[in-house]
This record gives sequence, structure tokens and C-alpha cells, in this order.
Amino acid sequence: MIPVAFDYVRATSAAEALAALAEHGDEAKLMAGGHSLLPMMKLRLAAPAVVVDIGRITDLSYIRDGGDHVAIGALTRHRDIEISDLVRQHVPLLAAATGQVGDPQVRHRGTLGGALAHADTAADHPSVFLATGATVVVSGPNGQREITGPDLFSGFLESSLEPTEMITEIRVPKYTGAGWNFQKFNRRAQDWAIVGVSVQASSNGTQVALVNMHPTPVRATAVEEALASGADAATAAAQAAEGMEPSSDLNASVEYRQHLARVLTRRALQAAGIN
Amino acid sequence: MEIAVEINGVSHSADVEPRTLLVHFIRDVVGLTGTNIGCDTSSCGACTIHLNGEAVKSCTVLAVQADGQQLTTIEGLADGEQLHPMQQAFMECHALQCGYCTPGMVMASVSLLDENPNPTEAEVREGLEGNLCRCTGYHNIVKAVLSAAGGGK
Repeated sequence: MIPVAFDYVRATSAAEALAALAEHGDEAKLMAGGHSLLPMMKLRLAAPAVVVDIGRITDLSYIRDGGDHVAIGALTRHRDIEISDLVRQHVPLLAAATGQVGDPQVRHRGTLGGALAHADTAADHPSVFLATGATVVVSGPNGQREITGPDLFSGFLESSLEPTEMITEIRVPKYTGAGWNFQKFNRRAQDWAIVGVSVQASSNGTQVALVNMHPTPVRATAVEEALASGADAATAAAQAAEGMEPSSDLNASVEYRQHLARVLTRRALQAAGIN
Repeated sequence: MEIAVEINGVSHSADVEPRTLLVHFIRDVVGLTGTNIGCDTSSCGACTIHLNGEAVKSCTVLAVQADGQQLTTIEGLADGEQLHPMQQAFMECHALQCGYCTPGMVMASVSLLDENPNPTEAEVREGLEGNLCRCTGYHNIVKAVLSAAGGGK
């Protein structure tokens, strides 16, 4: 399988990438590690006229202590996040979920910024983004803006980024130590989750986000509200499929996904120490 | 687009279309056919090579992304007639049946030990999750990797 022909532009700085986006508009696609975009181009589900390769912008590959958060450059690869002491210490949910993305080869190429911009409901990182209350810093022709939480995800495989914008940094609040867990159910080791759950508890309450249960990455607000009003984990987890519109495919029917969401949410909550 | 890629210590230059996949560049342009194409969907790992020392699936990298980088393919592991310790371990443990997945398995296994020199059996199985053996010969593959990690003991 070979992609449709395209023009290739290699950007060596965020400014160059933004200039290329400004020039080509929605004809262009940014390619970071390429492990979401390139498979879609090979299947010809995506056929950008221009590919802007941002994979060599080393300035945007870093993990830094930002005080109350960990600041991660958009082009930081999964592998670097998985093994980062800073991430393991301060955002253990992110480190653990990252270690379950794809397989080692994929994690050597894929980037956090790319995974979030791809906005795939079946991917692991968007759920971590939601459960940790993280923020993306977005650069565009009018400067920078920040997007937090569900506002980043506007539709199926669609983020709220403008065609002329790019994610430059992800800010993940430091975990304050009240329990976390990531559950992922799939049939083959390296597959996307059929359903997955990210849970992170803090003094402000428990945040629960689901993988592959809705057209967009989504918070399980019914579960969060039940917990906030004092329900135990099993009772709250029974609400996990409330308001979700999961798809039906070769791997799972709608009913099976709803069942998995309830079971995995209960397991995740209990493993996070919430009973 | 003109690219120059160092493969197994030798520089190869060519004019390629941007859409050329790295595995096609390696096999069809450079002529190193040890790297196999299996699924072509970044699932099976048969096309695994090292890009700057790390295992990647060359069906999911564009040749232009490898411009100026250093690659190692299965042909670059042995030192003349002297097999790489991982190749030796695969041979001694009979870690191959039809052999199709073997180049990718060996490259993934070398990368695995580079990152984790003393893995447990579970870590080897987990670390090779990106490589499929349709003969289902995983048992001896895992044995070979553990053997190579222990210096063949």
C-alpha cells in the first residue's frame, strides 16, 4: 500500500511549520512520528496534498518540571515519556498508559502531540489527557492559546485545532497522590483498546475518561458525579456507559462495549484505591 | 527528492518520490532484501529495522523521513562470517520455523536488549508484542532472546 502522491516539506522549527500551514491551509497535514497519519494515507483514508514533516523539530522534544505541572514538548516520543523519571514520579498514569501504546517500534516513533492532534477515540492518550486535566498549548498565526479537557476533541478523528495551528506543548498537572489506574482491553497484544479507562483521583474528586466508547474521547461524567455524591466504586461504575454512543464493529457490539466500560471502570476505580 | 541514507555503514543516495516507503527504498532501491514485508500495516513487525539504533517498522516510515539518518538492517548485524550474538542464539535455540518473521524478530530482539539488557521472560514477550510469528514459534524465540541476554548460557 502506497499513499497518494504528495509534496513534502520538512520544517526544522515551529515557525517554519506554521509558515507551511499558513501557505497550504487545509491541503496540508503535519506529520510528527507518522504512526497515525501514514497508515491512514496508505489506506488512502487520508490524502493530503502537502505533508509537513515536523519530526525533526528537536526543540519541541523535551520533558520539563513546570512547577505544578510537567511540561512535555509536542514532539516528545512515547518511548521518552514511558521511561521518563519525571513523568513516572509526577504523572504515573501517563507513564503507565504510554507504555501500553502500540508496541515498542510504534513507541519509538509516535509522539504525544501527534496522538492528541489525531484525536482518535480508540487511542490511549486522549483518555489520559482528560483524566489528568491536562492542557495543550497551541501555536498559530495569531500567537498561542491553550485548550483544556474535552474542548480539544470536536468530532470523530477531529480536534478543535485550526488547519493553521499546531500543538507545541502539553502541560500535565502533577498528580497529588490519591490513586490512579489505566485499564485497556484488547484481543491482541498491540491492538487498540476495544474499550479502555483512565482514572485519576485527587483532592478535587475523581476523573474518569473512556477509550473507544464514544465518537470522541470522553469523560465518564455520570461515573464522576456518582462518586462525587458518595456512591461506591461498583455503583458508580455501573453508570459508565451512560450517555455514550460507542460504535459496533468486528471486535465488539455496542452492548459488549457498554459491558466492558462498566467492568473496566469498576476495576480501574478499585485498583486506584476507590472502593 | 534527493535523499542520502546510511545503511549498515554505507551511504546510499537516490532520488525518490516523497511517498516512497522506507522498506521499499531498502528493498527495491538499495537492493537489501533481508528486510521482509509482511502485513504492510505496522502490525506484524517483519519489516523491523533500526533507525538511529532503535527498532522501527520500516513500512510505516517514509524514505524521506530517513534522509540523513543511520539505519541497520538484518544484513548489517553479522561481522563477516561471525553471526551477531542474537543471530547465533536464534540458530542455537531453533527460534525459527518458516523464517519469514525472523529478520524482524532478530532486529526487534536486539533493540529490546539494548533497552533492557536483562529482561524477564514476561518482559521479552511484552517487548516483542510488535512482531508476529505465524508459525506461532514464540516459545523458542523467547528462549533465544533470554539466551542471548545471558551471554548464551
